[in-house]
Amino acid sequence: MSNQTHVKAHLLDEQGIRRALTRMAHEILERHRVLERIALVGIRSRGEWIAKRLSTLLSEIDGTLVPVGALDITLYRDDLSLVAANPIVHSTEIPFDVTGRKIIFVDDVLFTGRTIRAAMDALTDLGRPQSIELAVLVDRGHRELPIKADYVGKNVPTSKGDLVQVRLTESDGVDEVVVEEPVVSERPSTGSGRTERVEP
Amino acid sequence: MMTRWTRKDLLGLEELSREELLLLLDQAKAFREVSLRPIKKVPALRGRTVVLCFLEPSTRTRTSFELAAKRLSADILQIQPSSSSLVKGETVLDTARNIEAMQVDIVVLRHSTSGVPAMVAHSIKPSVINAGDGSHEHPTQGLVDLFTIQEKKGRIQGLNVLIIGDILHSRVARSDLWGLTKLGAKVTLCGPPTLVPSLMETWGAKVSYHLEEVLPQADVVIALRLQLERQQEKYIPSFREYTKLYGIDQEKLKSAKPDLILMHPGPVNRGVELSPEVADGPQSVILDQVTNGIAVRMAVLYLVAGGRAAHQTPVVPKSSPSPVEAD
Repeated sequence: MSNQTHVKAHLLDEQGIRRALTRMAHEILERHRVLERIALVGIRSRGEWIAKRLSTLLSEIDGTLVPVGALDITLYRDDLSLVAANPIVHSTEIPFDVTGRKIIFVDDVLFTGRTIRAAMDALTDLGRPQSIELAVLVDRGHRELPIKADYVGKNVPTSKGDLVQVRLTESDGVDEVVVEEPVVSERPSTGSGRTERVEP
Repeated sequence: MMTRWTRKDLLGLEELSREELLLLLDQAKAFREVSLRPIKKVPALRGRTVVLCFLEPSTRTRTSFELAAKRLSADILQIQPSSSSLVKGETVLDTARNIEAMQVDIVVLRHSTSGVPAMVAHSIKPSVINAGDGSHEHPTQGLVDLFTIQEKKGRIQGLNVLIIGDILHSRVARSDLWGLTKLGAKVTLCGPPTLVPSLMETWGAKVSYHLEEVLPQADVVIALRLQLERQQEKYIPSFREYTKLYGIDQEKLKSAKPDLILMHPGPVNRGVELSPEVADGPQSVILDQVTNGIAVRMAVLYLVAGGRAAHQTPVVPKSSPSPVEAD
């Protein structure tokens, strides 16, 4: 399959990402007032970096240190029997007891919602959180499950075949969010969403 | 970018590349965390069936595979020689084909004859994992040893690993040797000449018959089980002599490096290969090997299950090609 794409739109640059995350941090504070029992759980891999940035921002604004964990959802995917060659499993590192906590999931892009479905299964295997909320840098629509984000950096209307690329300094050397679309071929891609988390 | 696993089967470590070995060790690390959770189960192999076909006695490996499969949510079917049609004279291949006809996904196979898992793997569609065949290979135990060394020493490259005992009959020694040399360790084989043929130097290992000469350099010692059932063939004059020359005790350890780690694939003949103080001592990582065995076997089952999918036509509907998968 051809994987040629061209950039359709630049959504956010470094400053845009910082502003969006700062606003999200304020929204979290606004809703919860006290951050005592809050913990951020980033979904590997880019959600982890965004969760760490949000935690830093929260401590700058409020002075509270919000713990951060990282969750790998590979073993909970609903498409393991469909993909050829099983995806690489990364370790889950949650350095606090989940039970009784108010957990905020953090991910880069919200698309079909299947990742979040898997993440809820993965998290409840680790304990019984008091509540789970969801913070995403980009919501691109096309949900396949009844899932909605509580904190959104940017809402972006996309076609299903588009590719939303979030690049972060920690993993990609640059801060930016771009929308790419596949270069037109004889068989236009309709996208399935099932493979959104397959490793590049 | 880490390499992808595409093999249907795991038959030995000899045929694996360095990258595949590193992938298996990396994945085992990710799976170890699952066994530390309050709920020790992930749904990765839900709906898959794993057949444990141990046609030679085993407790450790079989229970380790069983737990690994259960923690991945697979369904398990046990086949033991005493209760199977093999006692009625059915061939292994016929048994395997019948198991295949029941739509199972993975067959874990142990057999006393070298090469049986490979033969079965070539004739059936389900994945085959070699759980020990004759004196050929015991790949998952080899991986457990690699993983434990990596965990305890932080590396494998450049370490001196000393394997002591009945190398001639040991499939664990073969798997260890292939894995260790591929990952850059220097392997020395040591034991009585009857059990360590000098021909083994052609395998890329050093051969020594004098433990006192090679023990001081060792970073890792893997003591093998002296197979009591083979004693009748008179490979060694007596256990007492073997213990005197090749058994590890506290006295001999005085000449060894203080941070040496001591491994044994089990079951230990206490007072023969290892003195009880040493087997239970601070340098022994024998029980860590057992713990790590589950994580390693979970990784193997998970990767092999994906390799199987790669060989069959995926069930993804034609109308929805995946945009990201190809890159």
